[in-house]
Amino acid sequence: MSAPNKGYDPVQVTALHPAEVARAQTEALQAIAATADLADLKEVRLAHDGDRSPLALANREIGALPPQAKAEAGKRVVEARGAIRAALAAREADLTAQRDARVLVEEAVDVSLPYDRSPAGARHPLTTISERICDVFVALGYAVADGPEVEAEWFNFDALNFLPDHPARTTQDTFWVESAESGVVLRTHTSPVQARTMLTQEPPIYVICPGRTYRTDELDATHTPVFNQVEGLVVDEGITMAHLKGTLDHFATAMFGTGIVTRLRPHYFPFTEPSAEVDLRCFVCRGDSVDNPDRPCRTCGSQGWIEWGGCGMVHPHVLIACGIDPERYTGFAFGMGIERTLMFSGGVQDMRDMIEGDVRFTRAFGMEV
Amino acid sequence: MRVPLSWLADYVDLPAGTSGRDVADALEGVGIEVEAVEDVAADLTGPLVVGRVLEYVEEPQSNGKTIRWCQVDIGAEVPQGIVCGAANFAVGDAVVVVLPGAVLPGGFAIAARKTYGHVSGGMICSVRELGLGDDHLGILVLTDADLAGGVPGDDARAVLGIPDAVIDVAVTPDRGYCLSVRGIAREAATSLGVAFRDPADRQVPTGEGPGWPVVIDDASGCDRFVARTVRGIDPAAPSPLWLRRRLGLAGMRPISVAVDVTNYVMLELGQPTHGYDRDRLTGPIVVRRATAGETIETLDGTPRPLDPQDLLITDGSGPIGVAGVMGGASTELSASTVDVVVEAAHFAPLVIARASRRHRLSSEASRRFERGVDDNLAPAAADRIVELLVALSGGHADPGVSDLDLRPNRPPITLDLGFPARLVGVDLAPADVVRYLEAVGCTVVIDDRTPETGEVTAPSWRPDLVAAVDVVEEVARLHGYDTIIGVLPAVRPGAAQQLPGRDITRVGRALAAAGYVEVRCYPFLGDASFDALGLQPGDVRRRTLRLANPLSDEEPLLRTTLLPGLLATARRNLGRGFGDLALYETGSVFRPVGDGPLFAPRLGVDRRPTDDEIAALVAGLPDQPVHVAVALSGAAEQRGWWGAGRPAGWADAVEAARTIAEAVGAQVLVRSAQLAPWHPGRCAEIVVTVPGADGEPGERVVAGHAGELHPRVCAELGLPPRTCAAEVSLRTLVSAVLPAAPAPAISSFPVASQDVALVVDEAVPAAAVADALVAGAGPLLESLRLFDVYTGEQVGGGRKSLAYALRLRANDRTLTAEEASAARDAAVDEAVRRVGAVLRR
Repeated sequence: MSAPNKGYDPVQVTALHPAEVARAQTEALQAIAATADLADLKEVRLAHDGDRSPLALANREIGALPPQAKAEAGKRVVEARGAIRAALAAREADLTAQRDARVLVEEAVDVSLPYDRSPAGARHPLTTISERICDVFVALGYAVADGPEVEAEWFNFDALNFLPDHPARTTQDTFWVESAESGVVLRTHTSPVQARTMLTQEPPIYVICPGRTYRTDELDATHTPVFNQVEGLVVDEGITMAHLKGTLDHFATAMFGTGIVTRLRPHYFPFTEPSAEVDLRCFVCRGDSVDNPDRPCRTCGSQGWIEWGGCGMVHPHVLIACGIDPERYTGFAFGMGIERTLMFSGGVQDMRDMIEGDVRFTRAFGMEV
Repeated sequence: MRVPLSWLADYVDLPAGTSGRDVADALEGVGIEVEAVEDVAADLTGPLVVGRVLEYVEEPQSNGKTIRWCQVDIGAEVPQGIVCGAANFAVGDAVVVVLPGAVLPGGFAIAARKTYGHVSGGMICSVRELGLGDDHLGILVLTDADLAGGVPGDDARAVLGIPDAVIDVAVTPDRGYCLSVRGIAREAATSLGVAFRDPADRQVPTGEGPGWPVVIDDASGCDRFVARTVRGIDPAAPSPLWLRRRLGLAGMRPISVAVDVTNYVMLELGQPTHGYDRDRLTGPIVVRRATAGETIETLDGTPRPLDPQDLLITDGSGPIGVAGVMGGASTELSASTVDVVVEAAHFAPLVIARASRRHRLSSEASRRFERGVDDNLAPAAADRIVELLVALSGGHADPGVSDLDLRPNRPPITLDLGFPARLVGVDLAPADVVRYLEAVGCTVVIDDRTPETGEVTAPSWRPDLVAAVDVVEEVARLHGYDTIIGVLPAVRPGAAQQLPGRDITRVGRALAAAGYVEVRCYPFLGDASFDALGLQPGDVRRRTLRLANPLSDEEPLLRTTLLPGLLATARRNLGRGFGDLALYETGSVFRPVGDGPLFAPRLGVDRRPTDDEIAALVAGLPDQPVHVAVALSGAAEQRGWWGAGRPAGWADAVEAARTIAEAVGAQVLVRSAQLAPWHPGRCAEIVVTVPGADGEPGERVVAGHAGELHPRVCAELGLPPRTCAAEVSLRTLVSAVLPAAPAPAISSFPVASQDVALVVDEAVPAAAVADALVAGAGPLLESLRLFDVYTGEQVGGGRKSLAYALRLRANDRTLTAEEASAARDAAVDEAVRRVGAVLRR
């Protein structure tokens, strides 16, 4: 560094010469523009804006200038350094953006890679369809009820107006526990829950009861000795078959879609009078196949209807055995096979698929139906 | 019940052109279910004529058969040459000939073709070939009576009564009257709105004096007995074609004229009857119960020991029939019978149902008596039989008639005429109600002073109509169920809830989300299942309930554990190529209660049982808690582009148990245990604390077990080594659920983290070390996590190092380093004290 110029001695400092400053600036700007990446830029910054850069060194010489020259030289250097720094900043922003863009490209992955690290679980469609049925009725204001699978003969038969010698009680149809005289059976339907509910609740009673039931059928494509039913029971003042019909239509539509309603046909059940079988409007042809040989329907055999379950008005004998005054209250009950409902709504072809527990079957239904 | 349309037309004024399908639709319109409508010979086209056999030559064939080369008069100038394989006809017999160009039922086209060395110009037909029955023993031979003046060359259709149709009606147990042409005809006429002629409506002679003596010794089993006698029948007389044809179409096989007539009348009227060979009867017929030790040989040739509950028809020789079920062999009609005593009686449905079941003998008669036969039908049915026997077999009727009538009076049903409309929910005027009831045969008497009420007397053929609701169904079905307009009931709010099943749903969702697939197994087991699991003889799970009538003798027991079914399902999936399995099941298990034999009383039904009676009934039933079980094998995590896979292990099974508990909100303690079928060193018991009453200290209860299966069990069941499983009682878990804990205070002061590594004996459970650290650290401890377990030289044999991360935080200040260290030291000190831990530095 030159000594301070106290004596106002006109000294020429080459470094501060306008041409020199301009040259340094030009060189710097050219170097900056030529940088390829941030590492280059770091070196260029050191060379042209560092403590040892030409303009930094020139700045130190300002003191050697006569006072009248200092201001002009200082201004010249500051302007040059300012231009260089601006160029550095701009170039840095530029190079950073380039680098970031490159990194993001380099980090790109194949998002279509499978991630089947843990196999998916699933709930059985008989479970989920039962829940869906319950949801339909809970939304109407029903309570869900349940009862045991090993059941007293009295609940399963006697309380439901089955006469003592009704053929359904025989070992041909009913599983007996321990002996045919024990009075204990595997329940043959969910209807004993009707009796249990009426014995423990005062009307109004609005209950829905899904559950597992048993009959001595051999397993084949359409039968299983262990199956599931859903039972509905309503006991209230002024309940009519019209309420039964309206409820069944609502149920059918909720499960199978708009326009799928029910039809009642007279039938016989010991625990209801009048009794009816419930047919479902065929959800495939919607009745269009009837008398229409050009469009036969395999689902309903071109009948337009398919059997779904049974129903009726609760028999006064049942009400009496359960302590409900038949003069004051009437009620309806209905029961459907859940397997059958799933066969319809889920397109299940073979009953055995629902029994065997093959994971492919259950996984196909996922978490809900 | 199969009803030929032509038979029905005898009693119903069917409009011209009414088809079987039309009648079926009419029946379904009033709620009578039709299973099928079968056309009879409707697809028989082309020439079908009456023929007369002029001559034939028997020609033995090389295949051992003998055929007849027949010359048959078919009304043409030249006889028709026809080959026939049957031999049940003679020269001069009239037969039915189908000629070339015709097509028999089933699409069997007839052409002149060469067979057995002749050109056969058609075929002589059997009953089955014509679609009229199953009889194929020979060709159909027509009598002069059958021909009714017809001559060779006439179209045989008129003689055969074809085409026809058969309507197959499904009869529900309450409608016994529909097991007859009479009953179906009444329904069809009502539905079609046309006239009905009751075949039972006939003038029956009261008889000149008694017929064969009859004594009813048991009026509770038999309240009506009619006996008529026909003498001098020709036992060899053939039943006419029309009778055989109708029997055949109704599904019964013709046997002999006397038998065929009784079957015919049963089908026509619904009254089962029986014929006795009069010469083989000894003394009066007595209807009584059996005495101990009596036996009978029924006419199916089976000797049967009798039960004192059996109602019998007897004579001086002893039992000659099981009433209403089957007659005895000793008085059976035979080829030599010339005098017949006809029985037409009414038996109590229950008595017949029990006998039929006791003897495993279901007959056309017992089917009808079980469902209830018209108790006023016997005289007409017996008279109809007498009429037919006389007409068809040349006999003559004895003038005497025995008719014992012990029927109790049947009280009328008092019906509020507005009740049908109120119960069914449709508009029904009282006049409509009366009209419908009269259509089914009821009489309705209305007192002018109480016009709202009718006294309804049901007809004798409707024993099922005993209460007001029964007649409501009749009104409703005739009015049409399709007139009911559905309306949703207005449910009072407040009832809706979904508590039962809610926990099962929660558990199922949690397990499925964790990768488990639900299965639903049959709950049947055998002792072999328990042996395979290695259960000890005294294991509580071996105390089972046994089905009296299992589907399989291998699996007569009700499950006490879900594992056998679940593991069998696992193996089935393995066999189908799915080795990486995570399965779960929720379901009831069944445990006997008490030491005595299983018994639940049959309470009365005429009133509500008392609460004590209900309690006693329910107490007799087994305990049926819901269990949840899982089974795992193969990989819990798959190998893939992300790296290595991870085999399922004991910890996954324990974690499943924790998942189940968490799903229902139960806190569990996991500790080591030993129980079959688990690996003795890799079995955890899942323990909950059931809260005590009124602040009493809770009781610890084992809710289930989890871990790796015993290697021997895996081998026994054909499962891969290291298959894992868990089974817990959902009921026990739920019983330990506490009310929701209050929300924690959330501190926003900084956390102080401290790690410690403690060396303990390998036998010390990690849970005990953690308990000690928690207790020692005090309230500043926010959480504790075990992040490493190390065994090896650095800690010495039989020792392990457990590394814990402690997070410490205060609610009201930033902890100083000294405070954090002090809490950590206190935690370590407690671990030292409780489990002999050594701080590893």
